[in-house]
Amino acid sequence: MNRRENLKLLFTGSVGTGLLLTGCSPEEQAMPKQALLAGGTKGYRTDEERQRDQELLSETFFTDEERKKLGTLVDIIIPKDDESPSATEVNVVDFMEFMMKDQPNYQTRMRGGLMWLDYEAGEKFGKTFNELSNDQVIEIVDEVAWPDKAKPEYQGAVSWFNMVRDLTCSGYFSTEAGWKYLGYVGNTPNAWDGVPQEVMDKHGFKLDEKYVPIYLKPEERGTIAVWDDEGNLIG
Amino acid sequence: MSFQIKTSGEAYDVIIVGSGAGGGMASKILSEAGLTVAVIEAGGDFDPAKDEDRTQLRPPWESPRRGASTRIRPFGDFDAAIGGWDIDGEPYTHKNGTKFDWFRSRMVGGRTNHWGRISLRFGPNDFKRASIDGLGDDWPIGYDDLKPYYDKVDKLIGVFGSKEGIYNEPDGFFLPPPKPRLHELFLKKGADKANIPMIPGRLSMLTRPINEERGVCFFCRQCNRACQVYADFSSGTCLVHPAMKKGKVDLYTHSMVRKVTTDDNGKATGVSFVHKEDMKEYKLKSRVVVLGASACESARIMMNSKSKSHPNGIGGDSDALGRYLHDSTGSDRMGILPDLIDRERYNEDGVGGMHMYTPWWGDNKKLDFARGYHIEYWGGMTQPAYGTGGSMNSMRQYIKDEFGELSQNGGYGVGMKKDIRRLYGSTLGMSGRGESVPRYDNYCEIDPNVVDKYGIPVLRFNYNWTDQEILQAKHMHETFEEILTNAGATLLGTKPGPETNYGLLDPGKIIHEVGTTRMGKSAKGSVVNSNCQAHDCDNLFVVDAGPFVSQADKNPTWTILALSWRTSDYIVDQLKKKNI
Repeated sequence: MNRRENLKLLFTGSVGTGLLLTGCSPEEQAMPKQALLAGGTKGYRTDEERQRDQELLSETFFTDEERKKLGTLVDIIIPKDDESPSATEVNVVDFMEFMMKDQPNYQTRMRGGLMWLDYEAGEKFGKTFNELSNDQVIEIVDEVAWPDKAKPEYQGAVSWFNMVRDLTCSGYFSTEAGWKYLGYVGNTPNAWDGVPQEVMDKHGFKLDEKYVPIYLKPEERGTIAVWDDEGNLIG
Repeated sequence: MSFQIKTSGEAYDVIIVGSGAGGGMASKILSEAGLTVAVIEAGGDFDPAKDEDRTQLRPPWESPRRGASTRIRPFGDFDAAIGGWDIDGEPYTHKNGTKFDWFRSRMVGGRTNHWGRISLRFGPNDFKRASIDGLGDDWPIGYDDLKPYYDKVDKLIGVFGSKEGIYNEPDGFFLPPPKPRLHELFLKKGADKANIPMIPGRLSMLTRPINEERGVCFFCRQCNRACQVYADFSSGTCLVHPAMKKGKVDLYTHSMVRKVTTDDNGKATGVSFVHKEDMKEYKLKSRVVVLGASACESARIMMNSKSKSHPNGIGGDSDALGRYLHDSTGSDRMGILPDLIDRERYNEDGVGGMHMYTPWWGDNKKLDFARGYHIEYWGGMTQPAYGTGGSMNSMRQYIKDEFGELSQNGGYGVGMKKDIRRLYGSTLGMSGRGESVPRYDNYCEIDPNVVDKYGIPVLRFNYNWTDQEILQAKHMHETFEEILTNAGATLLGTKPGPETNYGLLDPGKIIHEVGTTRMGKSAKGSVVNSNCQAHDCDNLFVVDAGPFVSQADKNPTWTILALSWRTSDYIVDQLKKKNI
């Protein structure tokens, strides 16, 4: 085997960037990838990405007490109704747990806000947040959930609650149940043939006559394109 | 066996550094001419047709972060470009407090795996800007030199569009364009009222097949994830891998090129590179070296290619290497369309980009800035993922309740949940992407004090926008507001003012950086000649966007492909004639 073939084998092999070569022949060096990736993002990943996902998934950020507080809040933000589940039913708190580690700039704000809940519960009711009744919880939530009419002293807590609301929505609408609730019907192979006629009619739109002859016709999607010398499609 | 640095051994005909649009095209054309080719790529191999590589059609719940961006995937967890503006162990630095963000992809196909596929030819004026407005320089070639290659690229790779007969937006060999989406029809209404043209997009997705090898678009709107049936253009799927199947092409992955090696006569002899697996140095030899590593990376390699015969690096005496760096300008605005609240649901994914766009329509002689911009449009019922339902603290006010009263921002509960559903698909917006004026004083150079983790000296950037770009951004926002308002939309956010350069994004953000090894007639003031051949090293060629004299208000990829094909033809010709 000449040098070029050696190099070619070495550099086109399946080894990823995370592995150091220690073996003697290129064949031996193509070690199987370690099975450390269960639970990370699917599809093409670098070894560094797999490693990182795995580490984040194995770490714990929230305490049980914090998880309980968040469980209460996310189900107030997105409760169950007759068409769809609640936020905790689609594991929104687990999603938040991951995001705290994935984007650590969330951590201080989130933890600070969850601590503030106990302060506020103590001031108002002499209890911790997790000991409050539903009505008492709502009383606190109402102080922070309406940014345009919140009292100025709640400004910091309002901004924290905005973050909790945003994360709850992200975690909810990125699930199968969330897609179903929103009525999203994409992400599937199809042949786009324009806006449905009834929707065009409702909004008073008609296709520009000039382009009607050249728009893609779904029935021609199987025919290989042929042009004349002027760039006109002739087949 | 241990791998020592060897300088002997048989040589390739051509070594190509980089596997993006430029390197990919060169690998195809040069190997089809019967030459032996080595493609050196700093990242790993990638093939979206393999199920384990596929991110297309994956729902957000297959990502623990639900598709949110990460450091190496700034466009989201399923985006196909690996790298980003901030790569671990591969720093770059800045000078004089200026900003430049450098986006790199480390993988076969490079940034073509995720790009917007906006495939616009440069027009006749785009090669002669200095003659028109007195700024910058003309290209040493014109549209007529590249037209045959644009034609060939259209047929080889495929682009949809409409023949419009606009002088500086040349028509090509187009596939049928897809019909517009609903928000695009509203925006067209707004553009019509403002007398601004809006025409079918020109994107390189196969609405019809062009050969037996590649599939046809099935409208999932996820071209940024790379297509498993190869219905969009990526260099890996459409150029590099097919070239490897047909010709004598060896692909070296995870290989970071340090320098081009040269002999005592100043001719290139090959490259020296670090392999990322074992962090050892390797050398390969060739008769010709082709750089397609991206404008800045290729300039960096040339600067680092110092030797006895090139003490300042290859092209280092040109007073142009690294200079005239310029990116497209960019600024964005969005609105909400009350007519689209509570809209009907249907699959409106379409292709992974806009079905309609606005080419530059203005007359700069009547404006207070020199160069134009095109407008890209976005909106509609996109895939819900990380971020969906966000900002109800500011967005809920646009919803009317059952009594016709505007809702309160914020809140919680079933009512808010319903409002998110009502708002879904009602926001839309646009992005201006414009031409900047190339400047001698905007440059990258070697930072004398910093190396990357492979011990290779890194780039240091110096870049300032001028009034030309800032006033152009101001004009963009006036246009955006006019179109959005005419379309019936309520503007979101505020119009940016002079304190933010009218919303002009930092240079590098649009990822159209070009000009660092620009072409020209003289070895002083340009790095390569009109055939993209280095003035001071005749068997070294550059096939990325480095040779661009000016970056038009178009996306650069189609011109990179056409230029690379032309350069490759020239290389074959010169080898035949034994001139190199």
